[in-house]
Amino acid sequence: MGRVREYAPAAVLVMGLLLWEGIVFAFSIEFYLLPAPHVIVQSLSETYPVLVEAGLYTFTEAVLGFVLGCGGGILAAMAASRSPAFAAVVLPYAVASASVPIIALAPLAIVWFGVEQGSKIAIVVLMTFFPTFVSTLRGLSSVTPQSLELMRSYAATEQQIFLKVRLPHSVPMMFTALRACATLAMIGAVVSEFFGGPVKSLGVYIKSTASLFQTRQAWSAILVACALGLLFYFAVVLIERLAMPWHFERSED
Amino acid sequence: MGSPIIELAGVDKTFESRAGATEALRAISLAVDAGEFVAVIGPSGCGKSSLLRIVGDLVEPSAGAVRVKGKSARQARLDRDYGIVFQTPVLYEWRTVRENVQLPLELAGRPRVEREQRPRTLLRLVGLEEFAGHYPWQLSGGMQQRVSIARALALNPSILLMDEPFGALDEMTRERLNQELLQVCTETAATVLFVTHSIAEAVFLSTRIVVMSPRPGHIDRVVAVDLPHPRVDKTRALPRFFELVTTVRQSLREDPGLASGHVRPGESG
Repeated sequence: MGRVREYAPAAVLVMGLLLWEGIVFAFSIEFYLLPAPHVIVQSLSETYPVLVEAGLYTFTEAVLGFVLGCGGGILAAMAASRSPAFAAVVLPYAVASASVPIIALAPLAIVWFGVEQGSKIAIVVLMTFFPTFVSTLRGLSSVTPQSLELMRSYAATEQQIFLKVRLPHSVPMMFTALRACATLAMIGAVVSEFFGGPVKSLGVYIKSTASLFQTRQAWSAILVACALGLLFYFAVVLIERLAMPWHFERSED
Repeated sequence: MGSPIIELAGVDKTFESRAGATEALRAISLAVDAGEFVAVIGPSGCGKSSLLRIVGDLVEPSAGAVRVKGKSARQARLDRDYGIVFQTPVLYEWRTVRENVQLPLELAGRPRVEREQRPRTLLRLVGLEEFAGHYPWQLSGGMQQRVSIARALALNPSILLMDEPFGALDEMTRERLNQELLQVCTETAATVLFVTHSIAEAVFLSTRIVVMSPRPGHIDRVVAVDLPHPRVDKTRALPRFFELVTTVRQSLREDPGLASGHVRPGESG
């Protein structure tokens, strides 16, 4: 039973690829419209030095933006949690920012921060800051009154309460945001590049190859973007597991 | 007996809220001597939890004086004279059982040796030695509450404040933990203020029972429990046990809380 569950996702992937391959051949779809998977892989093997360079360029933007945005969000949440009144004023705006299409600022970011990595990092920072801020702040302030009474009964200082109760209590919620932000960061970096950037970036590569109907090259770049996105996501999941051993022993036995 | 370890004189408590003021406690006077086990019983809303929190300086009284070990309740709290057990265990899920028991020692800045030795001793006392490395969610409700008792004892407090600690547990577990608690108290010589809504539990555990009535919360009667020590399973079968249960039950029944707010005669007890 456990085996079946482990291999099922991989089996679905293989079946999906076979189906894709089958459809392309059955309907004789032109490769410039939809290349068959084996064609994409072939193209990937031919162009991978370019793609690795472009991938690293874009991945760097995503990671830097993520670190600055999420780090800033966590620090801002820590500061805001010190003053519940201040937090109550800013929280609605931070929540509302989730519905703002920040990516729409990408062309302006280029005006402000240049066409290179700076503008992309700025967009990723904006995209990841608010979700992390909101979740962390909620985590820091949703401590039960009894937890606080307990600390008070031991004459704990505010700093002790923060370090021993609020912070660890916020970690699960913080990581919920960080996982979502890992995905957001990669999306933000690639899509920002569509608005302009150097040729050695994934977004520009996808856009320019697609506009020249070099579909297989575009697809192999998309594949690289997917792989990097997954890598990023699972790196965050790994850190989460290390940071919250109490949370994960549960599913292991 | 010397001077009382806990002394409340004319304590009132009124909670202010948007809906208006609610008088939770009125004219509470009570003295508890060192080594006593005082149960506070009453229907919900009689302010018994507020009373406990006032003693522990978690809530400030609106009027009246609270002296603990001859000092203010606030000073007693700052001196870490209290160990508190709530109805829910309030264990931190990110800490193992051992680390949860360690918490008060960390907060008090106790030396490393003590921080390692003390939890071991305490977990042995509550019979949870082999669960030291477990996380709280891996324990049953009764076991979690034992951890929280061990934690309350960590700094060897002279006063234990317990707010319906076994209220959420089944009857069997509750009776077993009652017995364990008495053993623990004998070994630690702590004075206990124990809030409960179980008459049998109050009679079994305590040396005195404070019966309270609501609206506003006040002390109706204080019943001395003259059952022999140590209290064991057989204690529950003694005729005197039943008499005391009946006495407390009647005190609670007589309560005119449903009638008007008239002060009944024979209040003090």
